Amino acid sequence: MSTAISLENISKAYQLGVFNTGSFSSDLGRWWALKRGKEDPYLKIGEENDRATKSSSSIVWSLKDLSFDIQQGESVGIIGRNGAGKSTLLKVLSQITHPTTGQLRLKGKVASLLEVGTGFHPELTGRDNVFLNGAILGMRKEEIKQKFDEIVAFSGVERYIDTPVKRYSSGMYVRLAFAVAAHLESDILIVDEVLAVGDADFQKKCLGKMNELGEGAGRTILFVSHNMSSIKALCEKSIFLEKGKVHTIGDTNSVISTYLNAYAPSRSSEGFIEKGKSLHNNGEAHFTRFLPVKNGEACSEFFFGELPELLIEIDANTTLEDAVFTVFLSSIYGETIAMFTPNDYQPTKVDEGITKIKVQINEVLMPGDYLFNLAVSKYSNGESIDFVESVGDLRIMKESSKDQKDYPWNVIHGYIKPRSNWVFQK
Amino acid sequence: MEHQTWDVIIDARKAGGRASLKSIWKYRDLLWLLVRRDFVSFYKQTVLGPVWFFIKPVFSSIVYLFIFGELAGLSSDGIPPILFYVSGLTAWSYFSETVLLTSNVLKTNAPIFGKVYFPRLIMPLSILLSNMVKLAIQLLLIFVLMAYYILFQDIGGFELTILMVPAIIIIIALQAFGTGLFVASISIKYRDISMLIGYALQLGLFITPVVFPLSSTTGKFNLLLSLNPMTQPIELFKYAFFGTGSFSVFDITYMILVTLLLVFLGVYAFNKAEKTFVDTV
Repeated sequence: MSTAISLENISKAYQLGVFNTGSFSSDLGRWWALKRGKEDPYLKIGEENDRATKSSSSIVWSLKDLSFDIQQGESVGIIGRNGAGKSTLLKVLSQITHPTTGQLRLKGKVASLLEVGTGFHPELTGRDNVFLNGAILGMRKEEIKQKFDEIVAFSGVERYIDTPVKRYSSGMYVRLAFAVAAHLESDILIVDEVLAVGDADFQKKCLGKMNELGEGAGRTILFVSHNMSSIKALCEKSIFLEKGKVHTIGDTNSVISTYLNAYAPSRSSEGFIEKGKSLHNNGEAHFTRFLPVKNGEACSEFFFGELPELLIEIDANTTLEDAVFTVFLSSIYGETIAMFTPNDYQPTKVDEGITKIKVQINEVLMPGDYLFNLAVSKYSNGESIDFVESVGDLRIMKESSKDQKDYPWNVIHGYIKPRSNWVFQK
Repeated sequence: MEHQTWDVIIDARKAGGRASLKSIWKYRDLLWLLVRRDFVSFYKQTVLGPVWFFIKPVFSSIVYLFIFGELAGLSSDGIPPILFYVSGLTAWSYFSETVLLTSNVLKTNAPIFGKVYFPRLIMPLSILLSNMVKLAIQLLLIFVLMAYYILFQDIGGFELTILMVPAIIIIIALQAFGTGLFVASISIKYRDISMLIGYALQLGLFITPVVFPLSSTTGKFNLLLSLNPMTQPIELFKYAFFGTGSFSVFDITYMILVTLLLVFLGVYAFNKAEKTFVDTV
């Protein structure tokens, strides 16, 4: 096996802000410095790409000293948050823009799909556009001619092939555009999230076609996506980029869980509830804290199939003789989905001071975002003691933890997957 | 591993351009398809179709004939005025349209250039060629007009000098190519240039012997005209058709040298600019 892509200290700097008269004078300064063999005075080495903190320099390093090799035939996923440098990396790899420093070496014919239908002209027919787009992607006319029937059949727009594409529906347009791309023969294929278009059926077809080409022809695939399921399905190896640098590189499953864990804790707060948040309060007690926890630590993102635990703290001013606690699970649209309560509405005695309550949810929640409402009232007369709404945001992801199956469908039905027993009889 | 051969090596420290003649040749099908696209999309949904290629030079010739021939009374070097204007304007508009389109090539194609790599010079080359197709059609008009004058107006026939026409067109094309590329390269960063180029070309029409013959000029103005590298091709163009015009061996040498310089400068600046222009557009 040989190396198909090799990066050595690749960095890419961008200038922030606007170009105006000021940029002309700094151009002169830069030119003069470079003339004398000095470094570019406007590039400060060592700064990193962080959108959140404003830097003194107007240069931002979108990629910083990236070095890695990709072997021939590997399919590699690239993940990272927005602004981590994924798109810049793809642009450098597909030769659209030049790196600021470093060396990039590629072996074989490279095709990049950062967009489908690049160069489609609305006035031209589907047929003309297949040829034009194919040629832009680097195909020879003969090659397109050979594959033309196959491309058209794959796209499923035979009837409209001699109609100008401006009359196509957006779905037809994308199908035809992707069909051209899917028949592109290359040794290295660089794909951005172009799969995020088209209907579910077509997406599946495209993933299948790409997999087939990747495995069958030994081609190297680089794939950027926010969709962890497609990364998992397509790539055995992944690279997690953060602030323009490689955070982790390795086996896809472990890189994805590193990625998800890297950002999950930062989303959750300490879960303290302000006093003023109560909707009803009789002054006897109030909820002070609420948060979902995982293995004893605050966590707001759970894998599909994981059972969240909830931590509640209540501060009582007097002893509550017969408190009844209820936790309502609500969708982010405010609709109550489920209610959790101690068995048989069992009243509890709560002493003065702070009491910690743990609630283990035993049902699998469907992927999505959730909120909670908390209530405590008196068993004897039903009087409300404290009631707070919309606390503790919780997210269930489509991905499941390491060895289990991801949530398999595009559409999410309902909110809870209750346990059930099935019997099949002939 | 050490002995591995690579197909593409991109090194940030190397300044040179990456488009070789070989890589352009590889994409020759794309070049042809782009020319075809320009040509076909030009007259889609029009009734007159390719006839539009004739209408523009005829119309502007009539306007210039009226302003310069009738009102200002400028000479047309003994050539029937309509022929004089049509031929001059056809050659000039090939130059000016090519420069204008080429100077905007990076900006107008930014969406494509930002998504896929192919030798960037393909795009300006396609402009050059599709304008040349248009020019070829317009040359037919000149031939038809000349045939009319030869048959009915009793002027001399076609001379052998007409064989020079392709060479002159190539000179004009190269000058336009070089100038356009150079302007394109600097205008990515300084948009002002692309605003100016339109005015510069309008002005250029009057310091080039398009609507008047070089022989009618004197003194400093004549000197200015002979420094303009487009002067000689236009004079030669008219000479090729009508046998009138003024130029010397020195003029022709000057023209060829400037043309080569323009192409070199343009391609050099363009190759340098295209590497990272997507970052600034």
